[in-house]
Amino acid sequence: MLSDITLGQYFPIESVVHRMDARFKIIITMLFLVMLFWGQRWTTLLVGLFFTVLATLCSKIPFKMIWKSIKPLLPILLFTTILNLLMIDGGDVYWQWKFLKITEEGVITSAFMVSRICLLIAGTSLLTYTTSPIVLTDAIEALLSPLKKLKMPVHELAMMMTIALRFIPTLIEETNKIIAAQKARGADLESGSLKQRIKALVPILIPLFVSAFRRATDLALAMECRCYHGGEGRTRLRQLQSGMRDYIALAITLLLFAVVIAANALL
Amino acid sequence: MPILETKDLTYTYSIGSPFEKTAVDHMNLQIEEGEFVGIIGHTGSGKSTLMQMMNGLLKPTSGQVLLDGQDIWDKKADRRQVRFRVGLVFQYPEYQLFEQTVYEDIAFGPKNMGLDEKEIDRRVRETAEAVGLREELLQQAPYALSGGQKRRVAIAGVMAMEPNVLILDEPTAGLDPKGRVKILTQLQQYHKRTGCTILLVSHSMEDVARYASKLLVLCQAKAVCYDTPANVFAQSQQLEEMGLDLPQITRVFHKLRERGIAFPEEVYTVKFGAELLKARLEGRDSAC
Repeated sequence: MLSDITLGQYFPIESVVHRMDARFKIIITMLFLVMLFWGQRWTTLLVGLFFTVLATLCSKIPFKMIWKSIKPLLPILLFTTILNLLMIDGGDVYWQWKFLKITEEGVITSAFMVSRICLLIAGTSLLTYTTSPIVLTDAIEALLSPLKKLKMPVHELAMMMTIALRFIPTLIEETNKIIAAQKARGADLESGSLKQRIKALVPILIPLFVSAFRRATDLALAMECRCYHGGEGRTRLRQLQSGMRDYIALAITLLLFAVVIAANALL
Repeated sequence: MPILETKDLTYTYSIGSPFEKTAVDHMNLQIEEGEFVGIIGHTGSGKSTLMQMMNGLLKPTSGQVLLDGQDIWDKKADRRQVRFRVGLVFQYPEYQLFEQTVYEDIAFGPKNMGLDEKEIDRRVRETAEAVGLREELLQQAPYALSGGQKRRVAIAGVMAMEPNVLILDEPTAGLDPKGRVKILTQLQQYHKRTGCTILLVSHSMEDVARYASKLLVLCQAKAVCYDTPANVFAQSQQLEEMGLDLPQITRVFHKLRERGIAFPEEVYTVKFGAELLKARLEGRDSAC
């Protein structure tokens, strides 16, 4: 049951987008997000759709995967749709029941919102589909490095993120082992009232915490033994390298952004 | 009737994905009651998967596991009861300890069985003694104990359910030689006293040779042979082809045989070897 969790949803295939510099990918994704929220017109959505489809095609990620990342958020989408439908007032009234009514404005706004959120998810999930978590944290560190001047422990924060990501599969495996061991001693995890089920988690959570702390001490000790002392003067195994394709991608994004701004102002 | 039987037992991981792998391949085994079975095989030969199927933690892809002739995946069968009857001690079981005192941790299994207070108390004290835990340790926190003691607490936790079949996955891994001998000797005594069936997975040929009454050799998801240690170690060549070691004493006697000294093939305990040598040196042996 725990193997279904896909936190690092990296989809390892060979494509232009996969090979792009992760720093650029993050910047482009952020520009894309700002763009989606900047534009208040339908042209924004069209441009956003164009961007998403183009990027997905370049990345060779199957559209099925994009749908997979939208699916878990369907309840939230439904919730916003209903809220917008009922709350926004204006234009022709299509349906009314006591104080609840659905109006023209409401329909338009909710459609706009839902499309916007879908594009948002599709665009951002593309980032995690095409970039491995480790590279992603490297890139975040690189992008945040100016903050080092302000005495922000950027490297340490990135290191913490990397370690956390690295140990997720290990801990999942550990959890499965502990569950099996407690089941072998007759632990009942599948039946009983809610209270009983929560209580049944104790024999799993305590050993899990203990082992997580043990791993943490071991790791700290091992790092200490190798004289690890943070970011100062450290070189990397994987250097982030930017190239022509990154500049081209950034240029296209900026161009699309300009279109959105222009459409906002002119139309 | 054998107490534990498998019929065409098969388990395949991640069916239909590129990682598909058959860990147990059509195994047919019959384990008689009261046997002390040593299970040997390489890493990845299917030992752990086989064990987890035997107490119903894993559902076979195909085939059956019969406990006392009853299919444990039968609609009427209660898997939780099966787990009480087939106790499984995982590798490094000390990582499953969670209660505040040793006593309560050993009592976890019996409590889940729904036994009354008095019976639980009897079982906890008896098994603690059986694995050599002193009375005063029972009220201590398990995390305060040494590695070897924790291991024994965890083994006692499964023993306390008084299973008919006790399966142990490398109970001595990572312990010093003294701790190993201690645990195995206690296990042997427990086996003699209760008459339960024991399945012991081990990487040490010396250990299984010394304690087991039968050996099960697994290789690449198949059961290669299931026989007495003497018969298994007599097929030294096949074992070595599978990449499995022989007990050191067996290797010594093979070397002696190669030099033309007529010794039997199946010497696998130091005690037996020493007797043979002594007899030969004193000239009581008539073979040569």
